[in-house]
Amino acid sequence: MIMKYSYFPGCSLKGTGRSYEESLLPVFKALGVEMEELDDWNCCGATAYMAVDEVKACVMASRNLALAERLGHAELLAPCSACYLVLNKTKHYLHDSASVRGVVGQALQQADLSYSGNVPVRHPLDVLINEVGLDEVKKRVRHPLKGLKVAPYYGCQIVRPYATFDDQYNPTTLDRLVEALGGSVVRFPLKTRCCGGSLTGTLPEPGLLCSYIILKEALARGANVIATLCPLCQFNLDGYHDKITRKWDPVRIPTVYFSQLMGLAFGLSEKEMGLHRHFIEMPALAASAAA
Amino acid sequence: MDLPRTIKYEADRVAGFGKEVMSVPGCENLQSCIQCGTCSGVCPLSIYMDYSPRQVMALTRSDFKNEVLRSHTIWLCASCYACTVECPRQIRITDIMYELKQRAIHDGIYPKKFPIPVLAKEFYKMAHKQGRVTDNWLATWMFLKTNWRAALGMWRLGLGLIKRGRFSFTYDSIRQKDQLARMMQTVDNLSIDALTDAKPKRKASH
Repeated sequence: MIMKYSYFPGCSLKGTGRSYEESLLPVFKALGVEMEELDDWNCCGATAYMAVDEVKACVMASRNLALAERLGHAELLAPCSACYLVLNKTKHYLHDSASVRGVVGQALQQADLSYSGNVPVRHPLDVLINEVGLDEVKKRVRHPLKGLKVAPYYGCQIVRPYATFDDQYNPTTLDRLVEALGGSVVRFPLKTRCCGGSLTGTLPEPGLLCSYIILKEALARGANVIATLCPLCQFNLDGYHDKITRKWDPVRIPTVYFSQLMGLAFGLSEKEMGLHRHFIEMPALAASAAA
Repeated sequence: MDLPRTIKYEADRVAGFGKEVMSVPGCENLQSCIQCGTCSGVCPLSIYMDYSPRQVMALTRSDFKNEVLRSHTIWLCASCYACTVECPRQIRITDIMYELKQRAIHDGIYPKKFPIPVLAKEFYKMAHKQGRVTDNWLATWMFLKTNWRAALGMWRLGLGLIKRGRFSFTYDSIRQKDQLARMMQTVDNLSIDALTDAKPKRKASH
């Protein structure tokens, strides 16, 4: 069965988070899920933008929703947590506020676009669990992730404030996916704690402390890898180890995307999955695993 | 010696500020805050804040405009929405923080040289101009405008990104920049009156 979705990559997946896209596309293709990138998509209007002008952020997001509606696939996939949140938040604003709807409508008109409100925005993990199904995933596993102890880290914006496909307090979709891939999941109570977001770059002390707490807890729980689904979480947990070590203590543990773990389990190489782009190397997989 | 006063007087208030914030869609429930402090308890960043989230809610509702708009708190909020989902009165605290950030930027009264509002403004500018945001350039601009010494401290990270093929040397942008510009112009041109329900304070600035 072939499923088709529109795809909104967002800026990070074309920038510092490119290994997310590099791993997601082939893995979904292997599962028969086609993702067609929106032509000429723009910035979603994310977190930092909302702090300057929320209505304009809604207009930015709406242009993408309108492009998705024009492309014609039933649903839009947004792998970045911030994009996922902003696109969904905009849908809520459009639904709840007639005046936001009015402004957005007029702005879209300028671009010969329109949006009727009918494009669901979904996360790839949601589609994996609820549309593709873990049985299909299991069928494609060639190298089970034996010996991998994974801390499932969801981050904040995927379950808050809108818990659309998983529990807000104790999400389990990523846990179940890792188990389907043959890995083991460690109990990880910090699975939805904030990684520090953009504070790691702006105010290192509070920002990096957030990341440090997550890394330290993952190690304390016996994990040897952290699985994530957000490009900013991946960046924060992977890119600042030298600074964190200097400030506190070494908490060396790699952070990879769920799609990269899937790729490895499907028999794709580390290089194909973009793992060479990360700062902290993946632990060697058990004997049967990908070379 | 600079001795800041620790008690606020009624005269420090800006009458009508709380009502104005509470008229914005999403911020209405602030009226029903019971000052339980759950927001401050779950906030991962409250340990660094000058006013706790609970205090910001109380100050906002009581018209202490200058105190909240000048606070570090609103900029330390990383929008993780923990407070919003835990609030027993369903107050959308994160959205109120956004509303306060917008007002602080609009009035130009955020703490000077504070990198977070600078990042927000640079992000906004780049998203408008290019239609997309190139993250490594955004960070570079922010450092140059706030603390170039901190930029020097980032050389190792930058080099690491280049080595791993994660650094974009050119700006990413959309093809139809003029279309996006027209859309934003339309938003700017809409009168304040048409938007009272959406954003009472909005003016065609920035």
